[in-house]
Amino acid sequence: MFQTVALSGSRGDRQLFSDVSVTVKPGTLLAVVGENGSGKTSFLRMLCGLLSPDKGAILWQGQDIRQLKELYSAQLTYVGHLNGIKDELTPVENLKVSAYLAGDESSGETVQRALEAVGLGRSAHRLPTRVLSQGQKRRVALARLWLSTRPLWLLDEPFASLDTAATSYLTQRLQVHLSSGGMVVVATHQEIALPTDSVQHLRLTR
Amino acid sequence: MSATGINWFKYSSPQAFHPLAGRMIPWFAAAAVGLIAVGLYVGFFIAPTDVTQGDAYRIIFVHVPAAWMSMFLYVIMAIWAGIGLGLNARPSFMMAQAIAPTGAMFTFLALFTGSMWGKPTWGAWWVWDARLTSELILLFQYIGIILLRSSIDDLRRADRASAVLALVGVINVPIIYFSVRWWNTLHQGASVSITAAPTMAGTMVTAMLVMMAGFWMYSIAVTLARVRCVIVERERQPAWGKQASIPDVAEAR
Amino acid sequence: MSQPSMSEALRGVVRRDLLLAMRHRSDVAMSVFFVVIVASLFPLGVGPEQAVLRVIASGVLWVTALLACLLSLGRLFTADYLDGVLEQTLLIPQPLAVLVVGKVFAHWVISGLPVVLLSPLLGLQFGLSGESLWVLTLSLLLGTPTLSMIGAIGAALTLGLRGSGLLVALLVLPLFIPVLIFGAGAVTNSLAGIGSEANLSLLGACFLLSLAFAPWATAVALRIALD
Repeated sequence: MFQTVALSGSRGDRQLFSDVSVTVKPGTLLAVVGENGSGKTSFLRMLCGLLSPDKGAILWQGQDIRQLKELYSAQLTYVGHLNGIKDELTPVENLKVSAYLAGDESSGETVQRALEAVGLGRSAHRLPTRVLSQGQKRRVALARLWLSTRPLWLLDEPFASLDTAATSYLTQRLQVHLSSGGMVVVATHQEIALPTDSVQHLRLTR
Repeated sequence: MSATGINWFKYSSPQAFHPLAGRMIPWFAAAAVGLIAVGLYVGFFIAPTDVTQGDAYRIIFVHVPAAWMSMFLYVIMAIWAGIGLGLNARPSFMMAQAIAPTGAMFTFLALFTGSMWGKPTWGAWWVWDARLTSELILLFQYIGIILLRSSIDDLRRADRASAVLALVGVINVPIIYFSVRWWNTLHQGASVSITAAPTMAGTMVTAMLVMMAGFWMYSIAVTLARVRCVIVERERQPAWGKQASIPDVAEAR
Repeated sequence: MSQPSMSEALRGVVRRDLLLAMRHRSDVAMSVFFVVIVASLFPLGVGPEQAVLRVIASGVLWVTALLACLLSLGRLFTADYLDGVLEQTLLIPQPLAVLVVGKVFAHWVISGLPVVLLSPLLGLQFGLSGESLWVLTLSLLLGTPTLSMIGAIGAALTLGLRGSGLLVALLVLPLFIPVLIFGAGAVTNSLAGIGSEANLSLLGACFLLSLAFAPWATAVALRIALD
């Protein structure tokens, strides 16, 4: 179970949001909505522990994530604005390394299946990522979610640059994750096609 | 401190510290002027002429205290930096920011006066002796901290990055002193030491101590003045931010 | 909940960087060519007299190796910072300082080790022979990883800044100086017939000290840069 308590954040000297308190229960997806510049990315990065909030705390199972440190990082998978993949490596190599570093299954077969599940054809698996399109690169970045066994997923605009097919693959994967008791926090502009009882919305306000 | 009944934590907020600092500056400035004047007088007029070096040696009354100040100020700056990082306290970072330029100034003064001493004494404007070389490296460290801060736009990152650099640098200072001395003995015979100070008569010691005290007062006065400027600068920024914020641009992280 | 062990995380980080280097073999070559070219500039500037070259050899070769390290620091974290891999590295549930050691080790294998292996040849060009060649190599073997570890602090502090190349140099050179003194001093002593053990031990001490503190300082600096 995951909650923020009176979280306040600013960027430079610009106040982004204040006093945000929200609880995310297992099996729910929190959609963080708002215009560009409203602080969605900063909010997510705070949830990762990459950014320090001005005020407030983030609690995982009732404990402050600043105390938990690595115990908390082991619970989350983060796909941010940047893909976190190396252009010079192939999608297979990239995914093998990410999975290995996450302690997940990282055999060639599993990785290829994950790439296929996200809609990346076999022909693209052994090309250097630099020759792929934006959408394809995004799929490689998201493929980690098919290998991740961690309960909390933090995703920043995951649907951006995805076509309808990939969007539905991702939505299905999120559904599977939620059904097994996982939690997702998504910063997004779009509506997510999931049953309404498993989706919460949060609009960040100053 | 608590005996005077002042609640010191009240002054940890920049808004409260600003007027307090303003009131303290004239006292320190006056003390600085007084002590430096006395020190210079004793050093330049009262202390006896040195047997080996004549009157040229008198520059050490500025050189040695300046060198000591440059080192002390670096350590103090590093302490403020450490407190800032440890307690996540912005006022501490402001103090570190305010001290750096004064420390750099004293380092430069030490080098300049060292050079002035070298010319009549050893015939060269620059001598690669242990102390001057260490001072030079210290100057590089000061400049590095000042430049790092000015290269970072984000205030929070600038504070914390220059604090880390200050702490790393303060560990380096004794290592530099040791290694440069080592290097000097390694190449023995190549140069004579400018730090071979004349044996100190009583008045000479007095002059140096008085100058040290004067430099301390000066440093405090100038640091307080600079901290006030820093406070004003930082307080003004939120207003700039509110007027200038362009949400779309800001999202592009 | 899955987690890599510390050795797995370390191995993964090192392997990724070495794999990347294999795709960019020019990176290795660059350090080597830089050192060769710069070292050749000195005889061209100073004159080919063996006696002179032998005197300046320790300093020149050490400064050249130091500059090569300095110039390669930009490649340590910048690419990872720009493509998002660095923030993923920060999220690996193992101490960041350990992962930094991994990155610095891989970086040293790519840009520092070739210089160490090349150094006997350069020493010969400068009229060194016998024991002093061996001392030169050994001093660089101890010194270049130290320089990489110390340099990583500067690279982390200046991550993503404009003009970071020059700024890193300014920040890091004062920290390099002790290593330079002991390293070049070892070779000079060896040439003079005095033992170089003292300098080499001091180099070893610098290595251990930097191993103990620099990765941790680098980790702190990385978190600050990504904050």
